[in-house]
Amino acid sequence: MRKLALSDEILMSVEKPARYIGGEYNSVMKSLEDIDIRFCMCFPDVYEIGMSHLGIQILYDMFNRREDTWCERVYSPWPDLDKIMREKDIPLFALESQDPIKDFDFLGITLQYEMCYTNILQILDLSGLPIRSRDRKKGDTIVICGGPCAYNPEPIADFFDIVYIGEGETSYDALLDLYKVYKHSEMTRKEFLIKASNIPGLYVPSLYEVTYKEDGTIESFEPMYDEVPAKVVKQVVKDMSSSVYPIKPVVSFMKVTQDRVVLEIMRGCIRGCRFCQAGMIYRPTRPKDVEVLKNYATEMLKNTGQEEITFSSLSSSDYRGLPELTDCLIEQMNNNHVNISLPSLRIDEFSLDVMSKIQDVKKNSLTFAPEAGTQRLRNVINKGLTKEDILGGALKAFKGGWDKVKLYFMMGLPTETYDDIGGIADLSEEITELYFANVPKEERNGRVMVTASASYFVPKPFTPFQWAPMIRPEEFVKRAYYVKDRFKTEKNHKSLKFQYHEADITILEGLLARGDRKLCDVIYDVYKKGQIYDAWTEYFHKENWDKAMEEHGIDIGFYVYRDRSLDEILPWDFIDIGVTKNFMKNEWHRAVNEEVTPNCRMKCSGCGAARYGGGVCFEAQN
Amino acid sequence: MKLRIKYSKLGNLRFIGHLDVMRYFQKEIRRAGIKVSYSKGYSPHQIISFAAPLAMGVTSDGEYFDGEFDEITTSEDMINALNAVSVDEMRVSEIVLLPDNAGNSMSVVAASDYVISFNEGNDKEDKLLNAVEDFMAQPEIIILKKTKKSEREENIKPGIMKLEVRDGKIYMLLSTGSVYNLKPDLVMQALCTSAGVTYSFFDYHIHRLETYMDDDRGELVPLYMAGTRF
Repeated sequence: MRKLALSDEILMSVEKPARYIGGEYNSVMKSLEDIDIRFCMCFPDVYEIGMSHLGIQILYDMFNRREDTWCERVYSPWPDLDKIMREKDIPLFALESQDPIKDFDFLGITLQYEMCYTNILQILDLSGLPIRSRDRKKGDTIVICGGPCAYNPEPIADFFDIVYIGEGETSYDALLDLYKVYKHSEMTRKEFLIKASNIPGLYVPSLYEVTYKEDGTIESFEPMYDEVPAKVVKQVVKDMSSSVYPIKPVVSFMKVTQDRVVLEIMRGCIRGCRFCQAGMIYRPTRPKDVEVLKNYATEMLKNTGQEEITFSSLSSSDYRGLPELTDCLIEQMNNNHVNISLPSLRIDEFSLDVMSKIQDVKKNSLTFAPEAGTQRLRNVINKGLTKEDILGGALKAFKGGWDKVKLYFMMGLPTETYDDIGGIADLSEEITELYFANVPKEERNGRVMVTASASYFVPKPFTPFQWAPMIRPEEFVKRAYYVKDRFKTEKNHKSLKFQYHEADITILEGLLARGDRKLCDVIYDVYKKGQIYDAWTEYFHKENWDKAMEEHGIDIGFYVYRDRSLDEILPWDFIDIGVTKNFMKNEWHRAVNEEVTPNCRMKCSGCGAARYGGGVCFEAQN
Repeated sequence: MKLRIKYSKLGNLRFIGHLDVMRYFQKEIRRAGIKVSYSKGYSPHQIISFAAPLAMGVTSDGEYFDGEFDEITTSEDMINALNAVSVDEMRVSEIVLLPDNAGNSMSVVAASDYVISFNEGNDKEDKLLNAVEDFMAQPEIIILKKTKKSEREENIKPGIMKLEVRDGKIYMLLSTGSVYNLKPDLVMQALCTSAGVTYSFFDYHIHRLETYMDDDRGELVPLYMAGTRF
């Protein structure tokens, strides 16, 4: 029997003890005598969320393929256990070996959303590691991060020894090999970090110096040593089809958020929506071979026993092998009782056909993401979805028997006017009218329902909107009320529903998304005030953030509401994502001029990502 | 074809709840490639049903579930196929073919027996072991049963079919199932009161040995006796 880090008394007193005992099917056990490197992958949120994350499963599998490495997992202890661990001085432990994190060579934390930053400090603190990189010594665990938020690592730069920019499949072998030399020699920690900074994609924050102008913007951002590169270049997998993929993913005992086989079909997106960070940082778009995917699907269903499979990509409708792949899965489904859960697809004949095949009588609601209420604003954000597309899709759906439609919008987009947000209500109304005009009374069962929800737009680094100010929360709420009122005056208001997001948390997301190093101390102090699990509304306390910012003289307006000039040095400018800053600037101008940029398959816009030598950039030549 | 599957749930799996165990076996059966039957209709699910749920913190060598299967091979084959795709602490130990008229495992359960072993460094052990005889000599064993709304007294003695000490461990055979369900922990609480020691669930470990049903002659037999190996 594997020893457990927590006593029976503790495990029986906390919610869902299965979060902490490990031992899941397909989890990997190795013997310490056989390995040289202990790596612990961490998702800084609760187990059910963290276990649903594909990236960790990929890296867990990749590391464990190395004979000299044992990769384990850790997730944030829920507040009930957090309290007990602090009271009883129990160090945070990895699930597989149940050994303290402190015993590990690496702790790798994935950063999927900004509001997990206090949980990073919780992990470091409970592990008993020095919270700041500068206080760590040789022999201390190397703390590294990656994921989308690593594309602006500056607000958390103090807490990490290394930041991995790009896709983990590419540079980790070089880092682990270097680490082994460091571990078994007299090499100092600093020498190791300098050498690491020369591995493509690895950023070592402590080797760079930032100076600021009087107005608070960056004066210079320079490496402190000659041998440290000034630019860090994003790493991508060139050929997705031959890349590692976990065909034996860990199967949890508990019900987790993503309790199904996840098949990644494509990385990147051809669309180029100007608000979307993923659409830029994962360029170029790289589809996987459909034959490879069919094999994976069969293998993974067999290896896990899961009853459901879903696809992962930024825009599955743009995956050309989708009809073939779904046909193959539908056949399996009929033989083996496998459910296919479709990600959001563009609503067209194909997707409606597939949906009716796999969902039988069960007609769930259909989702459209127009993102903006008028064509003018959709042109600004380069959302290539027209009103005709939406109405055409909705009409087909209504005729196919669906009667619930969900619409996703953003509010606070650059150049947005009250006309634009009024369009949210008008578009919703038009969809209901389409229903009443085209579905005869005798075919209606229940009431048609159109639910529109609006989130609060947050400008993200490495998007053409990275220079744009956010609107103030008061203004967001005012706009939300305006739209709500507009909904009430629509003729079919009984078939319409409007929801909008919480403004307070979003403002902080805006702060952290485009923050600089000065925020490290703020995050630290917020954590010290007892703040964790910011992403969970019930644990989020705005006052802790307000107080910490005040104590450090941080003006949130500087980060969130300020109009940035195009030639300002942005905190993340040292990262080269392949897509050039010139392209971003150009896209920003086109946005303001309401000009649409065609998608990558229609016409190459020369964003710069072609230099990676793969994917959609070379499709026409194949 | 209706099969009854006996399994052990050991070690750290004592922290896995009953619903998670059901989900676990649904997946294990699929991994093993065994042809379980699915219900017809709107959302098909595997036709399996579990006997007497085990409390959190308790291990067992005598767990059961029944299932309908479209195809079967041999008991040995199927046991091996399941164990080959299992975590170590969940082991299938027996599979039998049930006659058509067999009641399902949930409804036939009549009793379970448990062994209670004391954790190391426990100073209550002797007192409790010595108290067993007097405890059982009482004409009635009254406990206070708390529900959400009220408290009421209950005589649990009729539910204790056997309670004895062997090799420093307490063995008990308790009425289980839909007629009368008595949990081992409740008996331990009553024993602690009777022995004058403070009760703590963490002083000892409870392990279920077997789950029983009544046979034709009204005698207790393990649940797998209802069927035959194949």
